[in-house]
Amino acid sequence: MTIEELEQIAKNVKQENEKYDYEINVCMDLACASQGADKLKDALVKAAEAGAKKVLVRRTGCMGPCSHGPLVRVDPEERLYRRVNASHAEAIVKSLGGAPVPELQCDLDEHFDKQVRVVLENAGYIDPEKIDDYIARDGYKALLIVLTEMTPSGVIHRITESGLRGRGGGGYPTGLKWGTVAKAAGDVKYVVCNGDEGDPGAFMDRSVMEGDPHRVIEGMAIAAYAVGASKGFIYVRAEYPVAVSRLTTALREARRHGLLGNNICNTPFNFDVEIRLGAGAFVCGEETALIASIEGRRGTPKPRPPYPASSGLWGKPTLINNVETYANIAPIVRNGGKWFFNMGSERSKGTKVFALTGKIANTGLVEVPMGIKLREIIEEIGGGVPGGHTFKAVQTGGPSGGCIPADMLDVGVSYDALLKMGSIMGSGGMIVMDDTSCMVNVARFFIEFCMTESCGKCIPCRAGTAQMFTLLTRICDGTGTMADLALLEDLCSTVKETSLCGLGQTAPNPVLSTLKYFRNEYIEHIVHKRCPAGVCQMEAVKSESEVVA
Amino acid sequence: MPVIAPPPLPSEDKRWKIVNGTMRKNGFARHALIETLHTVQSSFGYLDDDSIRFVALSLHVPLSQAYGVATFYHYFTLKPPGKHTVTVCAGTACYIKGADKLIAAAEKRLCIKQGQTTPDGQVSLMVARCVGACSRAPVALCDGEVVGEVTQDQILEQLERWSAQ
Repeated sequence: MTIEELEQIAKNVKQENEKYDYEINVCMDLACASQGADKLKDALVKAAEAGAKKVLVRRTGCMGPCSHGPLVRVDPEERLYRRVNASHAEAIVKSLGGAPVPELQCDLDEHFDKQVRVVLENAGYIDPEKIDDYIARDGYKALLIVLTEMTPSGVIHRITESGLRGRGGGGYPTGLKWGTVAKAAGDVKYVVCNGDEGDPGAFMDRSVMEGDPHRVIEGMAIAAYAVGASKGFIYVRAEYPVAVSRLTTALREARRHGLLGNNICNTPFNFDVEIRLGAGAFVCGEETALIASIEGRRGTPKPRPPYPASSGLWGKPTLINNVETYANIAPIVRNGGKWFFNMGSERSKGTKVFALTGKIANTGLVEVPMGIKLREIIEEIGGGVPGGHTFKAVQTGGPSGGCIPADMLDVGVSYDALLKMGSIMGSGGMIVMDDTSCMVNVARFFIEFCMTESCGKCIPCRAGTAQMFTLLTRICDGTGTMADLALLEDLCSTVKETSLCGLGQTAPNPVLSTLKYFRNEYIEHIVHKRCPAGVCQMEAVKSESEVVA
Repeated sequence: MPVIAPPPLPSEDKRWKIVNGTMRKNGFARHALIETLHTVQSSFGYLDDDSIRFVALSLHVPLSQAYGVATFYHYFTLKPPGKHTVTVCAGTACYIKGADKLIAAAEKRLCIKQGQTTPDGQVSLMVARCVGACSRAPVALCDGEVVGEVTQDQILEQLERWSAQ
């Protein structure tokens, strides 16, 4: 495969597409698929065949505003239709070239206007199982540029220049990580993609792997060239069967086109990728635990150093990046590091994909430039809290993150700002809570999660989270005391300071942040035996008073 | 190191050949343990002592490591699943939208706890950590099919349909 051949494929696809008068793109991501998008696509194909116009019906990845699904976009007019079902197929085909179907129209300008799509630029435009669709949108161009025109150190320089930081949560500078692995001694090195999206409430990695799998593979291949690796692994959750099958197809197609394998693009560069399945362990998102899991062992973390960059998979230097990080690589190579550097805030560059869920009108995936205010994401892009309820908090960073209250919504989103507020960027889950959510109960939910997901290797995490769960349960059912609260705070700092890995070190965050911003709710539960949101049942209190009566 | 002959297949069951195929594809390497257990579970529905023993022997992995892996990861189950499975997602978004009430209702209707199967082997009630369909929370999977914005009535109706079969 050469650049010319790549451009020829892109040209062929464009010529093929020009034969059609219209394109009907159907979102077939999990959320839309669960609402009957597959039947809808079949109906559209049938209706298009019966009609006089030449229409291409295409299955695509996630278009974004899932709460309005199933979504259909008609091109070239870029007409977005919402809540479409199979019975609308004929009306849509009939309306081509005329006025849009009135009952399906949606006005989501405000939702899209503030978004900047880099990672999701292909979502909604390509069929994820067709490599040609990806190539037609500049796919694999970056890889070929890198292989034919750039040195490994040149690639690392470009990534460093872009200011890209790891999108898995920690925010470690990507260029620095690549440089460390490149400099590490040894002939055998590995590149690993962390697709173990364990954070409940986040699904952008799933969406990228399912909707644009080649982009992840291209990012990994570029990384492998830069650090000197010839073997890669994608570690995917077993809970994402569609992602596994899309990646398998994509790898096969990439090999067939000579974009993976030996002597890629007639250069001495060899690279191939294997898929490894996770098996439902949140701790495997931690890099040393992930390595243990790929090696076929229990996913327990190890103390660092040594870091995987010097001693990772089978003791070899290993580069581990998140799905979204790899998805940013190709556009950075194509457009230059400066282009990326100019987006975002002072110390957080580029864009970030957030999974907007919970009590919010427009749930789904959004991609925004770093530095955008939380208020803009929630009120303008997200459409605010529906049903006449009031906003209470937004939870970011999953079980390792925290709850941010209403009066801090004007802070710009960045790694550092979120950390300062007692939360973290995490992988990008953003769960909005309204006045019907009890913050003590939410803290208890996360601690229960960390308790069951603790691997049990170190005592502070194993025993600490269990004790914190007991204390929070007591507070929730009305039998907690102020002494329990003091003990809880004490435990939080112990677990935070002394746990072995990130899971334990961040497990107290949901408790600490709710204590910081919603302490009055804890006091209400303890002193007045009352749950302000009406969530906690206070059963223990009731049975006690019954005994007295 | 002396080459130890791989153990014979535990029975005539053709599914063992699929399991063996996964191990062969990975060159019987020790690191294929999790991959192989996935194949066992997708072929047989669960892992039992015989299958864990067979895989451990074939890959030259200590029994303790194989059993350790089988019990460490939540995805693996050591009990056979029911004929039908309803899985309620209890990720954060689903939890905020009342997944706990759905689980409680299903538990009450089936008279079992989450993670259990009804005594007649008809229905298993499972809880997932997040299936990634958070934008349509709460979510349940009925025999693997994702149902978004699921209600208590929908789940109970589904259970009713299964028990009527």
